Amino acid sequence: MDAVVWDRFLFGFTITYHYLFPQLTMGLALLIVVFKVLRLRRGDPAYDDVARFWAKIFGVNFAVGVVTGIPMEFQFGTNWARFSDFAGGVIGLTLALEGLFAFFAESAFLGLFLFGEKKLGPKGHLGAAIMLLLGSWLSGYFIIVTNAFMQHPVGYTIAPGGALQLSDLWSYLFNPWAIWQYAHNMSAAVTTSSFVVAAVGSYWSLMKLYPLHAGICLRVGVIVGLTACLLQLFPTGDRQGRLVATYQQPTLAAMEAKFERSARADLIIIGQPDVDRRRLDNPITVPDVLSFLAYGSFGATVNGLEDFPKDSWPDNIELLYYMYHVMVGLGTLFIAIMAAAVFLLWRGLLYQSRLMRWILMLSAPFPYIANTAGWMTAELGRQPWIVYGLQRTIHATSPNVSTGTVAFSLLGYLGLYLVLGILFLYLVGREIAHGPAPVPHAVAA
Amino acid sequence: METAWFALIGFMLTVYVVLDGFDFGAGILHLFVAKTDEERRTVFAAIGPFWDGNEVWLVAAGGVLVFAFPRVYSAALSGFYMPLTILLWVLIVRGISIEFRSHERNPLWRAFWDAAFASASLLIALVLGAALGNLIRGVPLDGTGYFRSPLFTNFLTRPRPGTLDWYTLSVGVFTAAVLTGHGALYLWWKTSGLVAQRSALIARRCWAAIGIMAIAVTAATAWVRPALFEALRYRIWAWPLLAVAVGGWAMVFRSIVRGKELHAFLGSAAFIAGMLAVTAAEMFPTILPSMIDPAYSLTVWNAANGRQGLWIGLAWWIPAIVLAVGYFVYLFRSFRGKLTHRPETGGY
Repeated sequence: MDAVVWDRFLFGFTITYHYLFPQLTMGLALLIVVFKVLRLRRGDPAYDDVARFWAKIFGVNFAVGVVTGIPMEFQFGTNWARFSDFAGGVIGLTLALEGLFAFFAESAFLGLFLFGEKKLGPKGHLGAAIMLLLGSWLSGYFIIVTNAFMQHPVGYTIAPGGALQLSDLWSYLFNPWAIWQYAHNMSAAVTTSSFVVAAVGSYWSLMKLYPLHAGICLRVGVIVGLTACLLQLFPTGDRQGRLVATYQQPTLAAMEAKFERSARADLIIIGQPDVDRRRLDNPITVPDVLSFLAYGSFGATVNGLEDFPKDSWPDNIELLYYMYHVMVGLGTLFIAIMAAAVFLLWRGLLYQSRLMRWILMLSAPFPYIANTAGWMTAELGRQPWIVYGLQRTIHATSPNVSTGTVAFSLLGYLGLYLVLGILFLYLVGREIAHGPAPVPHAVAA
Repeated sequence: METAWFALIGFMLTVYVVLDGFDFGAGILHLFVAKTDEERRTVFAAIGPFWDGNEVWLVAAGGVLVFAFPRVYSAALSGFYMPLTILLWVLIVRGISIEFRSHERNPLWRAFWDAAFASASLLIALVLGAALGNLIRGVPLDGTGYFRSPLFTNFLTRPRPGTLDWYTLSVGVFTAAVLTGHGALYLWWKTSGLVAQRSALIARRCWAAIGIMAIAVTAATAWVRPALFEALRYRIWAWPLLAVAVGGWAMVFRSIVRGKELHAFLGSAAFIAGMLAVTAAEMFPTILPSMIDPAYSLTVWNAANGRQGLWIGLAWWIPAIVLAVGYFVYLFRSFRGKLTHRPETGGY
């Protein structure tokens, strides 16, 4: 294998693994604030128990997110030295701001939130939760701005030495790509955490444990969940798709396995791309819809891959195609599940319907898959570029690091993260089995 | 402007070492100063609310480095690939051991994480010190602007050294000793009873050793890279920094004798900050010295981002750091005072 393949495998694996944790904590931060607000509004201490329970799950997730996140920042330097050298003058700003503005707030207020419930009082504790929410969502924004620059570079100039420099701060920070990608990403994170909260509520409820707390988790989980799922499709997913259709036309063609240009382009629901023969086997399609989704008119012409030079095609069209379809397919399914659950809640039947609670309980892993597939769509779709149109991924690696060294570190991460994953599941499983504790936990020495 | 960023990164790294240093030291020591599970929990409670925030200073400094000096970031991180990868793994183990130990009462589970925490803390202190040693000794940077530093070669500083050689290892050992002493003073300040007594005893011995080691390491540095001391002769403004370091060391002893815990801890913080500041003042304007040819060294002049970007960055850095310091003051105030033993009800 080429060195660049090892580098990409290493980055892809470590970032995918890392992002399993922040997608839950960013969403949970919002839900914990919701629980704390409901507690103050309604005066029911059960909301505090629920918030405390989820704070524990948050703590474990946050810790694993932190320790798996630190290597990501350093990998830009260790494995992608020529990329850091080329783009560091621009993307370094948001990496620095993330540390300075977001991580400091997050880490300081996490300590206060987890250990200071008694000291801070109910309002102060809500304040700490809100700061945690702000910190984690701000951190997400800076990372998305960084990624958006790689997808759609704006606000830069090229210095005499060839490196990129920041020239327009505001157009960099408010890159339209960043705004829609952020909205799409955050509603996806809220989707994950609502599904997880609803699943734990369903589990307790089916086991006939903690009925009050199970009810809160189910109720809040499905209402927030349905909202997030709908936002995921429209406007955020829609606008994200249009940006791809405008700025990354070969990517759109590859996502849809569309080889030839056509007006009134079909939307592919399912089918297997055969890239060598340039066709799609066993297709099931909806006529004209792709033209409408991409350009707002059923008659619009959509370019196919053959309209672009082959060296601008994404280099793994099959995987990109499937990841995109897995994301969209699951997103659609989530709306159906959450809509059914909210309907049952409205009719007062959610706590009786065994089938619905089973479905909710078993759905918990799927938003993780959808989030991962979405990110793989974004990152595979950007290929063969690391900074779209400016630097190719093959030109971004570290010239002084051997393939064997990268392979060594990849194998090390695989082993370490496997052990970490087992321990994590064990601890979270225990916490779920323990259930919400009725006494304040967090103040102990 | 470039000089300002050199100072800012130096400042952030110094704060990092002073803050994360005390939880490394506490980690190295906790097997010895805290024997029972109750005592161990006191140690974890003393660092629990802080360690994660302390580590953020490293992450933030890394982000600032890639922005201000992208060439240094790409050359140094790829050049030190192996030691850095191992350091990151150890950081993962350390973070996890703090978080996971409290979730299970099983004594074997706790013994395992305690040992993992102690050894990871020690290893990181050694590696951080060795990293500093590498910056002082220089690396084989060539005309491509990159270098490759294996983990070790034959442990000699020339002609083709690894990341670990006798000199960088000795800086590593010195650093581990300093952070152990720093952590001991922190525990003496924040805990009471037996843990505090044992910490005070270790601190006294440790700081005596640090005084001897400081002289030895300084002599070794003069031998490995004499140019550094040349620079110091002409930079009179750097001399007070040296006085801060020596004064900090003296203050540690005075305060131990008089039983002033906080003053002793501040003394060791001053010692660390003074030592690092003197080193940075001697190094300037070089960030990553080349041992092949000084012309290949990366300096604040040839490795920096463009001026416009640096100004934009500075406008953001100032309010950010004010906020960050505010959070830390608030956090430390919220958890001020000594910890007392409490029955276990969760948390740490």
